Amino acid sequence: MAQSETPPSPDGTKRRDLLATGTLALGCAGACALAVPFLESLKNPAASFQSGGMLDVDLSSLAPGQDMTVQWRDWPVFIQRRTHEMLAALQKPTHLATLRDADSKIRQQPVDAANWHRSVRPDYGVLIGICTHLGCVPSFEKPGSTPGATGGYFCPCHGSHFDAAGRVTQRAPAPYNLPVPPVTFLSDTKIRIGRSAGEPGFSMSDIQQI
Amino acid sequence: MPAPTRKPAPSSNWLDRRFPIRTLLHREYVTFPMPRNLNALWSFGAFLIVTIGFLIASGLFLAINYTPDIAQAFASVEAIDRQVPSGWFLRSLHMGGVTMLFACLYIHLGRGLWYGSYKAPRELLWLTGLGLMLMVMITAFAGYVLPWGQMSYWGATVIVNAMRAVPLFGRPVSELLLGGEGLGNIALHRLFVLHFAMAFAILGAIGVHVATLHVVKSNNPSGIDPATPRQTLPFHPYYTSRDAFALCLFLMVYAGLVFFLPDLLTLADNYVQANPLVTPRDIRPEWYFAPFYAILRAVPSRLSGLFLACGSLAVLFVLPALDRSPVRPATLRPLVRLSLPLAFLSFILLGIAGMHPPTETWLIVSRFAMAWWFIHFLVVMPLASEREITS
Repeated sequence: MAQSETPPSPDGTKRRDLLATGTLALGCAGACALAVPFLESLKNPAASFQSGGMLDVDLSSLAPGQDMTVQWRDWPVFIQRRTHEMLAALQKPTHLATLRDADSKIRQQPVDAANWHRSVRPDYGVLIGICTHLGCVPSFEKPGSTPGATGGYFCPCHGSHFDAAGRVTQRAPAPYNLPVPPVTFLSDTKIRIGRSAGEPGFSMSDIQQI
Repeated sequence: MPAPTRKPAPSSNWLDRRFPIRTLLHREYVTFPMPRNLNALWSFGAFLIVTIGFLIASGLFLAINYTPDIAQAFASVEAIDRQVPSGWFLRSLHMGGVTMLFACLYIHLGRGLWYGSYKAPRELLWLTGLGLMLMVMITAFAGYVLPWGQMSYWGATVIVNAMRAVPLFGRPVSELLLGGEGLGNIALHRLFVLHFAMAFAILGAIGVHVATLHVVKSNNPSGIDPATPRQTLPFHPYYTSRDAFALCLFLMVYAGLVFFLPDLLTLADNYVQANPLVTPRDIRPEWYFAPFYAILRAVPSRLSGLFLACGSLAVLFVLPALDRSPVRPATLRPLVRLSLPLAFLSFILLGIAGMHPPTETWLIVSRFAMAWWFIHFLVVMPLASEREITS
């Protein structure tokens, strides 16, 4: 037999050990490399195409104090037209003290919405209506519908409260403010969701959590 | 002197007493006696198993992204090619794999014919192999319908109508398969399930085929089974390393097909969505079905054409009965040595004819080739086993 022609060296290793180990190692490396495209195919195929998803919304029928919901990329998007009272309530120091992230320091919005009203223009708010706790869709509380209601959002699942700018209260289980999608005003009453004029490079994957 | 092969380590004794998998693997894949004189043609069985592995792996990942619905099937395959990350690679691997599988299968089969591997005691090995080939053909047919392109649709239409022409059970069987009259949503879904399920049935059948092989052992080019252990070599490391080297060469060809020539064997018409109102002008089968398609076309009667196309495979099943000569390899049989290569040539000519439009010339070529295929198996082989003086 051929193996008997190669006597073991003093330390017990055989001449073919290196070849066998090397072949095995290279084989494993090759198998791992081959597994990459297989696993890659499980990624979301739409991810690279989502940048194209734009939605134009006409706001002319939206009265002050009203709220509407549209669907953008499978997400519910709340659009609200704010009254002067709502805007005033958003800036009250006593109200700000109850919020987790009153100044929008956490990246839950494009830069042009990182302000006290968390929107491009103060009179319109656009938010992605998915609670940052466990993903339920909060409902709009009209200003004045209940005593003390200033036009915020209430999540029915675990009771998280958000103000009209989508900022979460400190007592809520939700950790972050509601996300703000990229918005561009095409005219006074028409917006395009999907592109931010203030931050053209913004992508929804940049935000902390939806 | 160290023993030629190591015994299982004592640490495995606990497992071995309860489930002797290690002893079994050692006996069947390490010390297993192989003839010393096998040539390169004996590596094609290993190629087939590896290709089936690639096909099942890529097929599973393709199935994740595929939608078996006539409204979405075509678009989902396009999405696999264009949007799913690495989807183009998986599909190319799957399509190229089918070509490699059939190429190896036909060579593997030709090897068996040339060296008489179908003779006693290997008849069952031969029959399980042919059964596997039929399963692979059914799977390939069902799989080709799935992209729901023009060729998928019209190829399937032709096959289904041919199946319907079979007296008595043709119609009931086709209705069971298609779930109705036409080739529609129900049929596509069933063909998808058939394709998927057959893949694993093939895996099981390979187990039977290999188990049979390990009982009767490999044939060899001399056709004389090794009489003493001195005439054999252990499977490992001799044939494991040789098969591994051959596999590297095989994978280079496969990779070349997948990466450099993914469109070599696909038909442009299958990238047009199925349209039940328009048949493509130039309808052609995939190359691996071309010989049978040529037979179907060469006979001017629908039922006879179908009968002869199936018969061309059926003669292989009865070959152990037709060829009674105890001499295995064609190299030692003057008559078979001439007749069998002509039969191989006939098969290739039928394949080429099947890929061309049915002009007068190709029809004549098909008819002669088909005639020789049957003459070889039904006339020459029984005659040779009686009359031939072998060397």
